[in-house]
Amino acid sequence: MDKMPQWADVVLIPLISLLLAAILSALVILAIGENPWAAFKLMVEGALMRSAGWGYTLYYATNFIFTGLAVAVAFHARLFNIGGEGQAMLGGLGVALACLYVPWPHWSLAILGASVGAALFGALWALIPAYLQAKRGSHIVITTIMFNFIAAALLNYVLVNILRPVGAMDPATAKFPEATHLPTFRDMFSTADNIMFRGAPANVTFFLALAACLVVWVLIWRTRLGYELRAFGHSESAAQYAGISPVKITVIAMLISGALAGMMSVNTTMGESERLILNSTEGAGFIGIAVALMGRSHPFGVLLAALLFGFLYQGGAELALWTTIPRELIVVIQALVILFTGALDNMVRMPLEKLFLAMRKGDA
Amino acid sequence: MTAPAIQLKGISKAFGPVQANKDISISVMPGTIHGIIGENGAGKSTLMSILYGFYKADRGEIWIKGNKTQIPDSQAAIAAGIGMVFQHFKLVENFTVLENIILGAEDGRLLRPSLAKARKELAHLAKEYELNIDPDALIENLSVGHQQRVEILKALYRQADILILDEPTGVLTPAEADQLFRILDRLREEGKTIILITHKLREIMDITNTVSVMRRGEMTATVKTAETSPEHLAELMVGRKVLLRVDKKPATPGQTVLEVENLRVTDDKGVERLKGISLSLKAGEILGIAGVAGNGQSELLEVLGGFANGVGTIRMNGQELPLTGKGSNGQARRDAGIAHVPEDRQREGLIMEYSAWENSVFGYHHDPAFQKGMLMDNAGILDKAQEQMDRFDVRPPHPKLAAKNFSGGNQQKIVVAREIERNPDLLLIGQPTRGVDIGAIEFIHQQIVQLRDQGKAILLVSVELDEIMSLSDRIAVMFDGHIMGERVPSQTDEKELGLLMAGITQEPTAEDWQVVDQQFALQEEEHEGENNG
Repeated sequence: MDKMPQWADVVLIPLISLLLAAILSALVILAIGENPWAAFKLMVEGALMRSAGWGYTLYYATNFIFTGLAVAVAFHARLFNIGGEGQAMLGGLGVALACLYVPWPHWSLAILGASVGAALFGALWALIPAYLQAKRGSHIVITTIMFNFIAAALLNYVLVNILRPVGAMDPATAKFPEATHLPTFRDMFSTADNIMFRGAPANVTFFLALAACLVVWVLIWRTRLGYELRAFGHSESAAQYAGISPVKITVIAMLISGALAGMMSVNTTMGESERLILNSTEGAGFIGIAVALMGRSHPFGVLLAALLFGFLYQGGAELALWTTIPRELIVVIQALVILFTGALDNMVRMPLEKLFLAMRKGDA
Repeated sequence: MTAPAIQLKGISKAFGPVQANKDISISVMPGTIHGIIGENGAGKSTLMSILYGFYKADRGEIWIKGNKTQIPDSQAAIAAGIGMVFQHFKLVENFTVLENIILGAEDGRLLRPSLAKARKELAHLAKEYELNIDPDALIENLSVGHQQRVEILKALYRQADILILDEPTGVLTPAEADQLFRILDRLREEGKTIILITHKLREIMDITNTVSVMRRGEMTATVKTAETSPEHLAELMVGRKVLLRVDKKPATPGQTVLEVENLRVTDDKGVERLKGISLSLKAGEILGIAGVAGNGQSELLEVLGGFANGVGTIRMNGQELPLTGKGSNGQARRDAGIAHVPEDRQREGLIMEYSAWENSVFGYHHDPAFQKGMLMDNAGILDKAQEQMDRFDVRPPHPKLAAKNFSGGNQQKIVVAREIERNPDLLLIGQPTRGVDIGAIEFIHQQIVQLRDQGKAILLVSVELDEIMSLSDRIAVMFDGHIMGERVPSQTDEKELGLLMAGITQEPTAEDWQVVDQQFALQEEEHEGENNG
């Protein structure tokens, strides 16, 4: 018998962790002489009360869904993919090449082509660490971290020396052609007399992210590949007994993971900046780790966690804009959420398990 | 009259709705060995955890040497003179014996004086109880039997005079188990009180003075060992009459199914584990592979099952099977008609976190019968698993329960059901009843014999000589990667097999017989006991 009902594990623990992080954040804000309640209200208003705020929250959430799913898929095979950041950068390169060098007639085709490009480049960047892990036993955590640096350097080189238009001063590609521009939420949801999502970067890629959640869910829990992937993650020796090739599963899991991380760039590069710039990923690859941890590696959990982090990002930006709370403190708040939901999971879990055990005893 | 060393009065303990211990009372006199026997999940370990301070009893009293004693934690248990030897040792692998012994019982902040004191004390204990061990050896370099000795010494060093041993022979070879029993005997002579928890009848009959039987959290009987028999104990444990001997007709072998010629396997450390094995197996017969654990039996199963590489020839129904590369994996072997119940169900046979229904197709999940288009037919698999569990009497019959929540016997039934269900031509089965309770042993043995009678070939590997003797139609003995010889059970005995297991094939000298005598003295005694009873 399990120690706790499942709803407590899935809902209650993250909520309590979140509450603890919020309380501690409030204390920190209090300590620098600001009003935490006012700050919280500002965050909620900025991120959730106006459609433009939502437009930013969902834009960030889209990134985190992709990178969160990437970490989650690898994690089911017990592979810790820290390289989402680098894979997303390379994904951006794939998007840029697809958008710049293929004459797309319409954005709907362009987004498909760019997705394929992003997935391909992201997967390719994950393939090398995967191969090294599977064949040579090089630890995937180390190699994927190193590949983040290599990706940054590579992108820098490619942008400065190859893709930068003649005469341009900043390390970025040329603007993508008009036909590849994705409809934003403003384009999609505004009516003639009511403009929604004004100025917000959220775009059609959000729906692509939702679809990715569904696809990952089906893949993990409904297909043979998902069955083998999870089996391998639980027990490598049992997987070998069953005839599941460790090399094959390691490589496939990392390819899928890298492809998902890469697809994040469709949102940033194609949907928002409409050209490839340096550092378009802005650390989303790392946030994906926290998102996957908090979401218990379940696509639906990843979706919720991504929305939360989207809220924190946008709310945090509002705080920096309207209060004297320094930007660094917002990073502290985000870090506290990661700390409590990810790293200190057991701190909440163990007392709660005892509580449920005691309650059950009371019933018996 | 002396007071009992330990007396439990009306101990009860519930975990939620599960009553793990119900009103349990026992009384153990000093200088005796008391056995507690029961199937897995009968509540033995819970009871001992209460005695050692891991759990707090809901009701009941503990009396130690005539005094009512509270045991809120393990420190209190140690202070009361209770020492525990766990089934899974609690030793630091890269510490020396001496360091492990003082761990948690250091006298001060500086280690040196404690170590010196422990060294002296250890020498003294070694002399008194014949527990010889090198105090400076690293734990990781010791055999399992010697590691267990360190655990016992740890308890004695803390001045325990009541020793609790939880399934102590589960990890030992027969010879090691024999040595352990000699140590226990010696401890008893010196006046220590020992509680032996086990589910093996043989051990109870061999060494205990008194025995308590537990079933479903209750103590069903406490008897003097001399006044009972294995059959009677088994009945008390399971709650019904149990067949301890396998009931089978003579085999009617058919065509040759499996032929192995000059098979060699080298492990990843470069050690040759199989050194040219040849054997053949016909339909409708059980070939038992006997041998002390670690003489190549595991590697034989692994290479036949397709998850270790080898050199040589394996023919299945006349078709040669690849031993390396792409065609050599678990899937390919299953396609060739080989089913495999692996030796270690928790590491290999099952995914412990998977539910029973997910495990019910593990290894066969590529079968189109379990697919629905691009997806797996989860609903169909669930239905089949439910039906399978009912037929194989898996308890509880809930396919959605994770494998780790089943008892050892029921986990094994899930694996056996899965492999037999596929109607294989050849079944490889390793340690079919390791860690399995008596009721399930009987059932699994029946299934194996039934499969044989359907004309299937069965390769049985077991370190339990009893099991080999009673199930096999032919016995091959393995030693150091070789097959030392083949025998027919009706024309051999444990002595002869013991010689082969020790690697002795020539006409034995007096010295050889001495080795075997020692190794089998224990089993001989028991057989006499069985005959008399």
